[in-house]
Amino acid sequence: MNTVDPPLLSLTGIRKAFPGCVANDSIDITIRSGEIHALLGENGAGKSTLVKIIYGILRPDRGCITWSGNRVEITNPGQARELGIGMVFQHFSLFEALTTLENIALALPNENPKHLRKRLLETAEEYGLTLQPDRNIYELSMGERQRIEIVRCLLQDPKLLILDEPTSVLTPQETSTLFQTLNRLASENRAILYISHKLEEVRSLCDKATILRGGIRIDECIPSEETARTLAEKMIGKRINPILARERRRQDKLGLEVNSVTTRTNQPKGISLTNINLEVRRGEILGVAGIAGNGQTELMEILTGEIESLQRGKICMLGTDVTNLNINSRRDLGVVFLPEERIGQAAVADMTLIENSYLTAPTRLKFSKNGLINWNTVENFSKRIVKKFDVRATGTNALASSLSGGNLQKFIVGREILQEPQLLIVSQPTWGVDAGAATAIHNELQDMVFAGAAVLLISQDLDEIFLLSDRIAVISEGTLSSARSVEEITANDVGLLMGMRHASDTKSAYVAT
Amino acid sequence: MWRLEPRNSQSILAAWIAPLLALFSTAITGGVIFWAMGKDPGVALYIYFIEPLTSSSGLSEVAVKAGPLILIGIGLSFGFRANIWNIGAEGQYIAGAIVGGGLAVYWHESTSSFLLPAMLISGIFGGMIWASIPALLKSRFNANEILVSLMLVYVAELVLIHLVQGPWRNPMGWGFPGTRMFPDAAQMPLLFQGKRMHLGSVLTVIIPLIAWFVLSRTRFGFQIRLFGSAPTAARHSGVKSSRIIWHSLLIGGGLAGLAGVIEVAGTIGQLMPNISPGYGFTAIIVAFLGRLHPIGILLAGIAIAVTYIGGEGAQISAGLPKAVTGLFQGIILFYLLAFDLFSRYKFSITSRKVTQQ
Repeated sequence: MNTVDPPLLSLTGIRKAFPGCVANDSIDITIRSGEIHALLGENGAGKSTLVKIIYGILRPDRGCITWSGNRVEITNPGQARELGIGMVFQHFSLFEALTTLENIALALPNENPKHLRKRLLETAEEYGLTLQPDRNIYELSMGERQRIEIVRCLLQDPKLLILDEPTSVLTPQETSTLFQTLNRLASENRAILYISHKLEEVRSLCDKATILRGGIRIDECIPSEETARTLAEKMIGKRINPILARERRRQDKLGLEVNSVTTRTNQPKGISLTNINLEVRRGEILGVAGIAGNGQTELMEILTGEIESLQRGKICMLGTDVTNLNINSRRDLGVVFLPEERIGQAAVADMTLIENSYLTAPTRLKFSKNGLINWNTVENFSKRIVKKFDVRATGTNALASSLSGGNLQKFIVGREILQEPQLLIVSQPTWGVDAGAATAIHNELQDMVFAGAAVLLISQDLDEIFLLSDRIAVISEGTLSSARSVEEITANDVGLLMGMRHASDTKSAYVAT
Repeated sequence: MWRLEPRNSQSILAAWIAPLLALFSTAITGGVIFWAMGKDPGVALYIYFIEPLTSSSGLSEVAVKAGPLILIGIGLSFGFRANIWNIGAEGQYIAGAIVGGGLAVYWHESTSSFLLPAMLISGIFGGMIWASIPALLKSRFNANEILVSLMLVYVAELVLIHLVQGPWRNPMGWGFPGTRMFPDAAQMPLLFQGKRMHLGSVLTVIIPLIAWFVLSRTRFGFQIRLFGSAPTAARHSGVKSSRIIWHSLLIGGGLAGLAGVIEVAGTIGQLMPNISPGYGFTAIIVAFLGRLHPIGILLAGIAIAVTYIGGEGAQISAGLPKAVTGLFQGIILFYLLAFDLFSRYKFSITSRKVTQQ
């Protein structure tokens, strides 16, 4: 690491306010060449805003930016790229219907397409990033898409590479490949700004970490000298309650039983489920791991009963055959669902919390009689949720869209749990939720299991799967592996089950190129 | 530098001020147009917007015009809230007039007091039948209800013309297209002696109140709103999309049909080719001008009715062309959409400088 020259990038006293909130306030951060610098913080801590300022998407209200010792004003992403800043966004900006090469050519309009193919393959090979130039994006795994984004940045020879939550979509194997690449880049004296809330990753990968909380820089530290716990405390600002010990009363009674279910999708990019078998007993959590887009959505849909297209098979919930029951009849049995999409499915953005608390409970909690809604009862219910689950909102008349992701998720989880279910089917319960809220949600799920409920947990977050599950199964390409006890399975095994196809695919393609 | 920035939350104030600003701007623009046509803008605007409200006969005429607009607008608002775009209310209005009016043509010598209620109910059914075609095609085959309902308007118009020129033509009508005049038992009772305002105006006030209750208090009303704002959430909440499609189209069609039969039984007194000055289309403007809110639609219907009556007055006393009415309605919708932007966006001034302090 180079400490003598002026730092590559230095921000001082950055402030950016949006109507109603100050996203960044007097933030200082210094990034040197050859350094992997973590930007740590909960959701809403101001990480994205700061990065957007660096990349020229937002302009700061106040503060000063220097690049290699010179004062600069970055007014747009094009200028940022000219300076030598590259960025890989969390949500990839690729055209799905175009090939890898076409996508990259679009970002580099001055490049001769013939040379580009050669340069692309050279760069990719140099950094060990396998790419298939002529494959369409929609065929590729998330890891492959990310490699395209990285190579696209590298072709512009950046001095600073920004990655926003890069591992959230990757298998463990893909993650370790990414880390090798990043270390390689740092050794070439490039700087990397690594945004994450995964503490272990930051500890093993990053040389330095700047921690943000509530829009303010809390600390700068050397992550390898900290423990995950001390980092988390800096990030959240209070001691986290450790998750309750795993001590279960697994019963023989079945909560959920899915018997050789097969579906055929009619969506262009949908996944057909093939011969799915699973059972969840009362008093246990069954974790379903897998990378997004391998059939989780479809599995959720057959369990909720929103899609009535079972080709074959049978589903029993709490001892009742529900194969032909609709979602509300299933709820009436004592089942609740927590779908993956927070806004738009589990909650409606432009409705109030009161209206939102009505959504999944109309029949079970008897909110309506003869077609008339008793809004007073609904309001009381929503107040109970807000109180019991510590939902930060201006009141129950607040619009769902005014809540932060974590608070809205707490509200939704609360709405389902207060219905006292015996079977919970949850998908990505802590997706994009800050660590404090995630712990609260995890504890609630644990409590339900102690009380004898059965939980099916579908999640892409392996840490979460291992933290909560008694048994783990992996979904890949619409098939589900047999469930194994958490003591008998390692993260590596799960990773292999998750990424089997993509791993073999890439290998053969690499040989071909 | 001026810029538009999205608001944090929709401004309710802006949502209600936008229609008022739209009306105000329309008046200003109208004044400019009158001035350019060589008329005194003050006088023309007075004739247009104020005069209809200054006499009891003017008010009665406004009520007569507002009736169908409000009934149809209320019906459409159910669909629009659910994102079901029925723009064929004109056809459903005509279908209601044909089916309801058909009873009066058939029993043209009747004196039964059951005739009028039967006509009103048949009118509702007529509109519903016409609306059930797009409902069926949409829920079965996902056919676009905008196109289907719009095209059915022209079918309904041609059916009406065929009937009043052919099988239902008044045998004593010297060959003019049009049915016999309806018997007294088939006419809406007048509310005031010598004015055209009739019993339909009472319905015009009651229906919005019922709609308000349904939308805010009932499970069905909630499902309509839910389906419109987030169909996936609606499905997750157990709402069946086909149910919402059917119900919202049938409500829209039924109320348009009711408006149609009230118009022929109340104001016109017979079936003839021109039973609507485009009520079914103007009601779309009314529904949006009223923010899809029942009370808003009531007020918007009255405002638009004033432009109809004022337009007639302007033709007679100021010599302005008839097209001015349509022009004004277009300008209102234009301004409404423009000002609507401000309920979701706001102006902000951004400085080009990033200063260090």
